[in-house]
Formats: sequence, C-alpha cells, structure tokens
Amino acid sequence: MNRLLDAYRAYFKTQIATQLQYRAALVIWLIGLVLEPVIYLVVWTTVARSSGGEVGGYDAGGFAAYFIVLMLVNHLTFTWIFWEYEWRIRQGMFSPLLLRPIHPIHKDLADNVTYKLITLIVMVPATVALALAFRPALQPPAWAVAAFLPALALAFALRFILEWTLAMAAFWVTRVAAINQMYFIALLFLSGRLAPLELFPAWIRALAATLPFRWMIAFPVELLLGRLSPADALIGFAAQAAWILLSLGLLAVVWRAGIRRYSAVGA
Amino acid sequence: MSEAAIRVENLRKIYTIGEREAGMRAALRSLVRRRTREVAAVSGISFRVAPGEIVGFLGPNGAGKTTTLKMLSGLLYPTSGTVDVLGHDPWRRDKAYLRQITLVMGQRNQLGWDIPTLDSLELNRAIYGIPQAEYRRTLDELTELLDLDPLLRKPVRNLSLGERMKCETAAALLHRPRVLFLDEPTLGLDVTAQRRIRAFIAEYNRRYEATVLLTSHYMADVEALCRRVIVIHHGQLLFDGELADLVSRFSPHKTVVVELEDEGADLRPYGEVVAREGGRATLRVPKAETASVTGRILANLAVIDLTVEDPPIEEVIEQVFNQDAGQEGGREAEQPAAVLA
Repeated sequence: MNRLLDAYRAYFKTQIATQLQYRAALVIWLIGLVLEPVIYLVVWTTVARSSGGEVGGYDAGGFAAYFIVLMLVNHLTFTWIFWEYEWRIRQGMFSPLLLRPIHPIHKDLADNVTYKLITLIVMVPATVALALAFRPALQPPAWAVAAFLPALALAFALRFILEWTLAMAAFWVTRVAAINQMYFIALLFLSGRLAPLELFPAWIRALAATLPFRWMIAFPVELLLGRLSPADALIGFAAQAAWILLSLGLLAVVWRAGIRRYSAVGA
Repeated sequence: MSEAAIRVENLRKIYTIGEREAGMRAALRSLVRRRTREVAAVSGISFRVAPGEIVGFLGPNGAGKTTTLKMLSGLLYPTSGTVDVLGHDPWRRDKAYLRQITLVMGQRNQLGWDIPTLDSLELNRAIYGIPQAEYRRTLDELTELLDLDPLLRKPVRNLSLGERMKCETAAALLHRPRVLFLDEPTLGLDVTAQRRIRAFIAEYNRRYEATVLLTSHYMADVEALCRRVIVIHHGQLLFDGELADLVSRFSPHKTVVVELEDEGADLRPYGEVVAREGGRATLRVPKAETASVTGRILANLAVIDLTVEDPPIEEVIEQVFNQDAGQEGGREAEQPAAVLA
C-alpha cells in the first residue's frame, strides 16, 4: 500500500511538471469546457424568458445556477481516456506500461486528478466571473451541500471506471471513434449536459436513471441546486454505488480479455 | 544447465492476419467476408541461457527475434511451447517477475518527453519500490558508467538520439534487473555512442552477473559482447553456439591474402580474385581447398607474404540469412546442446 502511495506521489509530481509545460494547451482546453455550458445557458435563459420566465421549474437564475454547477461537475468528472487508449495501442505505447510492475490504471487516475487540480486555478475564477455575469439562484440546504462532495467523488469514480472500461474497445477495434461517438451522444442527452433532465419527456428521464448517465453528472448538480429530497439523495448514492461496483467487475473482465487479445495479436 | 536463467522449449507463435487484394472490389468484399491467413512468426525454437551469460540473438528482419523477446518478457503469449525465465511464466506478468527483468526496444521511450530524465527516474524508483539508499547508489553508478551527469536535468525532448538512448538505458536498468532483453539497443547511434552503450552492457553484466539476450544488426555489438550466438531465420533456429563456430561452420570460403614479388602474376587459377593492388591480392578460396591452394601458390609463385583468414563476420551472417531455413540449418538446429556442451 505504501508503495502504491509512493507511486501516486511520483505520478503527481511528474504529471504536474508535464502539464505545466503546456500552459497554452491547458487554457484552450478550458475555454472549450467553459464555452459549452455558457452556450446552453444563454439558449435556455432565452427560452425561459420567451415562455413567461420559466421552463420546467427553471427560471433564468435557475438555469444560470444549473449550468455553472454543471460546468464544474463536468470538468471535475470528465476523462480523455478514449483518445489516450486509442493512441497508446496504435502507437505501440502500451507495451512499456505493461512491463511495469503496476497496473496502468493508476497512472491514468493520477494524471486525471493532477490535471483537475491544476486547472482549478483557472476554473475557480472562471466560475466566479460567470456567477457575476449570470447571477445564479443557488440556495441549497446545508445537508445538500454536505452531500454534494461525496456525490461528486462517486460521480468521478463511476465515470472514470466506466470510460476506462469502454476505452479498452481499442484492443479489438483499431478505430474506436465510432464507439466513442455513440457514448458521447448518450452522455450529452442522458447526463443532463444538454439541459436539465426535468425538461425531457418521462421516458428519457427513466432511461437516464436506469443507465449510469444520470449518476455521472446530473445527480450531483441537482443535489447542490437543492432540487432533491433526502430520499432522492439516498437513492442516488445507492445507484452510484451499484454502478461503480458493476463497472469495476466489468473492468476486471474486459481487462483480462483485452490483455489476452493484445498479447495474442502482437503487442 | 539445469540452473538456466532462460529456458525455452518448442516455442511457437502464430499470428492470424487479415489479408485482401488491392482495389475497390476487394475492399468491398472484405466488408462481408474477412479472409485471414496464419503466419508463423516463431515456429518451434528451443534454447537455454545460463545465468550471467550474454547471448546474441541474430536473424534478418522478420525472423522472429522481436516476437521471441516479447514472449520472454511477457508481452505476448505463446501459441504453444514453454518459456521459463527465472522460474516465472512470463505471460502471467507477475509483479515479482517484472521487477527482475527489463526490455529495451530500440527507440521506444519510457521517459517522459517533457520532463527531465531525473523526474522519470524518480518515477521508476517509486514504481519499482526501490529503497532510497539503493536508488542513490544505482543512480550514481549509472551516471558514472553512462556519463549522464550533464543530461539528467534537461527535458528529454531537448536531448540528441544518442543522449536519449543513454538515458533510456539508465531508466530501464534502474531497478537492477537480473535479466535484460535488449532489442537493438544501439539502433541509429553513432559509433562513439554505440561503443559507450556496448561497454556499459558488458560492465553491467560483469557487475551484477545479469543475463543478457541481445539482438543487433551491428556485428560490432555482437563481436564485442557475445561469445555465444543464436541465429534464427523464418522462425526457426539455424544455429546455437560460439560465434567462432558460426563462422567456420557457415562460411564455405576462406580468404587468402598474398603479397607477390611479381605484380603481374596470374592468380586466377588459384581462386576468385576479390581485390588486387600492385603485388597484393585477396583471393576467395573454397574452404576444403585452402591447404592445396596455398601449397600451390607457395610452390609456383614468388611469395613475400601469405595469410589465411576467415571472412568478415558480416559476410558470414549474410550467407546464413540467405539460405533457406530447414535446409542445412535444419540439421544444425537439432544439435545445439552438443555445441553448447
């Protein structure tokens, strides 16, 4: 365990050094992350104004709160593992990772967390600027604020584990772009990124709650907005935990099969 | 030979590869029905390597060298046959196994591109769980042997190829592996850098009694480091034995260099004249006729000097590679143990 912690510390250090080399790229990535919710925010605020100030229980301030929190949650939970995996396998960069006496997922986790922490330096002022510009209406009860952090952590764990598992499709398919695209479309509609799930028809809401998507992004957002009852929150935690366990099981199975495949066809 | 560090028996690796004709029609047809073909990259090789031995693993491109090294290091699992390295099944990739081996593949980098080598070494220290004191000691040794001092603090992307390979080598050996699989460790390096890496491998082998299996297209590497060589071709073992035996066994010729008083003497009756400069000539003579030819030259011509040499090792290797596997080489492959003994 100590050895693993030591490895994480070293990963953090090298990753910080690496990330800071690419300040321009960091900022460009972040602009994308900030811009997407701002566009949705402007669109939905306009829709709300033109339909008497409110859509599906969200007014302008409500939308502002939703999309600003969404931006933070999405930033803190997203991964780039699909591209990383495809690149690794196509470029033959996977073999060096396999030769190390440590599971490659640790490096990816450390890289991801490091990136999130570094970019907070920019995300926090961006959030403040957006809050000043759009005046979000955000008055969550104290218990919801307290529940938000674990919900966020679980959302990150779920998204990371599931996306790491899906990214392993690269072991079988040379071009995983098609698979990625399907996943991202589902994520866009069913996770609450495009709009609050309350605005969608009931069957889409049911689909989003049955699949893991709602629990990856919308759940912590709605929690912090004070739109969930304590009972809803408990259901959410249970769903997150269940999906994490399921994804972990899936990850172990796919990993074993993927490595078998990789070492059969030529590493 | 019971205490072999590496034991390979009847090792085979067959790849299934997709194939199709060129052109649009074939492309469309392959959408519906994929045609595949089986290619044997390694077809039944056996050998053993004793602890502390350096063995040169030779063969032309596509002979199966890299595939074999990948099976030995656990990246590929064999289609059939057994591999045992230090008592481990490599393809299980036990952490205990991975901590004892290293695979250096040409210019595949395990160093972070954007950070100084020292940071990557520190990362390897943590990953391999090397105690601080031992890390310091090994790092000092590697720094001294490879002359790394001016390089360690520069970002890797600012290093030249030779400098980077030295750093890669250091990173690959920081955990003091007992078995080294080196696939073209000097590829693309200039002569000085090659010599440096070569000297380092020899020193590392001596110091830690490490077992080394090395492929290289530079015969200078092989001559400097390996007393024993294993030659494979078309996935089959052609030869396993001492480098000197390879030459005598596979070269059907000897080189006779003769210096004559009479610059105009006709040497054609004695053998193929490869080079001639004034009174000095180089002849290629069938091995079996060497004695009679030199006898005739000494008897018939006014000789100032005469030497008989083996042809250069490159030439012999080329000859070995040019013959088809399974012909003369097939017999060689059956008796490596005798050569080894």
